[in-house]
Parts: sequence; C-alpha cells; structure tokens
Amino acid sequence: MNDNVVALPDEHKFQARIDAEEKIEPKDWMPEGYRKNLIRQMSQHAHSEVVGEQPEGNWITRAPSLERKAILLAKVQDEAGHGLYLYSAAETLGATRDEMIEALHEGKAKYASIFNYPSLTWADIGAIGWLVDSAAIVNQVSLQNTSYGPYARAMIRICKEESFHQRQGYHIMMTLMDGSDEQKAMAQDAINRWWWPAMMMFGPHDGESAHSAQSMKWKIKRRSNDDLRQQWVDQAVQQAHAIGLEVPDDDLTWNEERGHYDFGPIDWDEFNRVIAGDGPCNRQRLAHHKKAHDDGAWVREAMSAYDAKRRAKSSAA
Amino acid sequence: MTDELQLYEVFIRSRRGLDHKHVGSLHADDPQQALEYARDVYTRRSEGVSIWVVASRDITASQESDCESFYDPLDDKPYRHASMYQMPEGVDSL
Repeated sequence: MNDNVVALPDEHKFQARIDAEEKIEPKDWMPEGYRKNLIRQMSQHAHSEVVGEQPEGNWITRAPSLERKAILLAKVQDEAGHGLYLYSAAETLGATRDEMIEALHEGKAKYASIFNYPSLTWADIGAIGWLVDSAAIVNQVSLQNTSYGPYARAMIRICKEESFHQRQGYHIMMTLMDGSDEQKAMAQDAINRWWWPAMMMFGPHDGESAHSAQSMKWKIKRRSNDDLRQQWVDQAVQQAHAIGLEVPDDDLTWNEERGHYDFGPIDWDEFNRVIAGDGPCNRQRLAHHKKAHDDGAWVREAMSAYDAKRRAKSSAA
Repeated sequence: MTDELQLYEVFIRSRRGLDHKHVGSLHADDPQQALEYARDVYTRRSEGVSIWVVASRDITASQESDCESFYDPLDDKPYRHASMYQMPEGVDSL
C-alpha cells in the first residue's frame, strides 16, 4: 500500500517527527541507524525475556507449595509471551526470528547480564521477582514512550502483565522475613547476591554508555541509565527496609539535599566481565537455549510437513 | 451479496502510535480497490492515518459459543493479577 509514497528520505523530516513526539510506524522511512539500533535493542530485550526464564525455571519443580509453583509457572509463561511480543515487534523492522536467534547463539546479540547469575535458593526466586523485575519495570515504563510505535505498544502490554511479577517476588521475601531465623538469613543472602547485579541492569553511567546519546536523540530511550537507576534505588531501599532486609551497600545514605539515596560505587569490572561472557552461568544459559532450540526442531519440521500435506490436500480437492 | 465481489474487513489507525482498529467491512474486487473504498467510506472526516484491508475469508476466528471450553484453563488463576498479593502498608511502588 506504500507503492506511491512520495516523501523523500529525509533525516530532518524524520527528526522533526520525533521531536514533535510523533511515533514512527513500520512502513515509515527511517534512517538505517535508527532501524539497526532498534533491532539491536528490541532483540536483546526479547532475548532477555526468554533467557530470564532459566534461573526461575530452575525452581518450578522445587517450589515450596503447589500455589507457589502455579504462580511461578504463570510468571515464566508470561516471560515467554513477552519475548514473543518483542520478537514480533522487531520483525516489523525486517529482522527475521531466525536471524535474531542465530545472533544470540553466536554471541553477537546480548541479553540482560543479570541472568548469568545462578538462582541458588528459593529466596532467589523472591529476589528475582522483586529486584530484577522491578528494575525491568522501571526501564519498561519509560519505554512505553519510546518513539517506535510497535515497541511502545509492546511495552504497554508487557507492563500491564508485569504488575504481578514484582509483587509475587516481594511476597516471597516478605513471607521468608516473617519466618524462622534460617528463612530470614536465606532472604538476606538472596538480596546480598542480587542487589548489585540488579544495580548494573541499568547499564553504564550516562557518560560512558555507548549507545545512549543517539538513542536519546531518536527517543528510542527516554530516560538516562543513571536517572532510572536512582529511581529504582529509592524505591527498592524503602521496600527492603520495610520488611527488615538490609541493603548490602555500606555507602548507602539518604541525601536530604538531593532527596535521593546516595549509593556506593558499582563494580564495573564485574559488569564488563559478565557481559563479555565470563559470568557464573553464561555458558550454561547459552548452551541450554541452543539445546532447547535444537530439541524443538522436530516440532517445527512436523508442523511444516503437516502444513504442506494439508495444502496439497486442499489444492487437490 | 453479489457473486463477484469479495468481502473485506477494514482496520484504521486513527493516529500514529495507536493500533489499527476494526471499523467495519465492505465489498471490493481486489485489495487495492478495497483500500480505496475504505478511504472513501471510512475516512471521509480524517478518521485515520493508515488503513489495513484484509479479505474476510482469510480471517480465522474463535467462536463465542465455544468460550467455555476455549478459555476454561485461564479462569481459575487469580494469581495472575497483582491484586491477589497483599502488600504491607507504607510500602510504595509495588
């Protein structure tokens, strides 16, 4: 239907549209860099949803009650759905699902680095839902306003569905903190291990973020890494203290003047090491994803064989 | 209904950033004609910035009469809603 589009490719027009807070839609002209940047970000976002199923899936068979098990299953099912929304939105830009999966398997596309940490105890399921999902939500709420229409709409849908994820995680922590000394220690141990990786989820400081400036100009990103991180710290600290958890940061202090918490330095060496592939579970996560993909090959083949057979039948009829 | 003309469903994006929404249907010879008819019939007052037309016969739809069995597995899962989880007082942003 766009055969007769007369508008000339024009970066200025494109930027003017962005500046006017208009959304970009799939068939619009867009700079190659915008398309590439979006495919990169959206496919990584999709991969994160899918790989993120692994640390949580680890506890489905060992959840402490049938109710917790049903809840965790529902949450992991949501994450798979969110991955699907995001892959589909990225496909509107001309990227294919196969290309995106291949880039993941070849290590060319990243996913949220935090999923390279292991989920060692049941309390980790609480910490992931509470801390990791809340960090993702802070980021995703800002992305509901991103300039690319299909991405923005996927974010709105995802945020709506995400509302129970964070609460079920916090509820697990709350329940543990209401329990025995061992259970409290387990909850504290989980926040000790997940706090800093969650802080890193927002990415490098604004001055050092590779893609930030251009992404902000194109309004793919709407708020800076540091800005989002600060919002998350302020809310997570309050939530931790409310149930008697300590935040594992000796430098954490309320700054009256700024109206925010000050926090200690982030270990960027660790961040870079994990991103580069040397976290505790990187190899396991990728190997598992590849295996699941390969193990599913016969299903995809059977589906296309069935489809071919049906087509042959209906054209013969 | 004539034998020659096909039924098309019409979807309109009222403004950038919003989903296309179903607005109705019309008869046309081919998709291009359906698009032009849709423009004339459904957007005479600038109702949209983009139109999709889809041949009705290409749409696969669930039946409302099958609701009970079709959606049944989803009905008993209140834990999918945030409202099921009681949060302590004074805790924000949850």
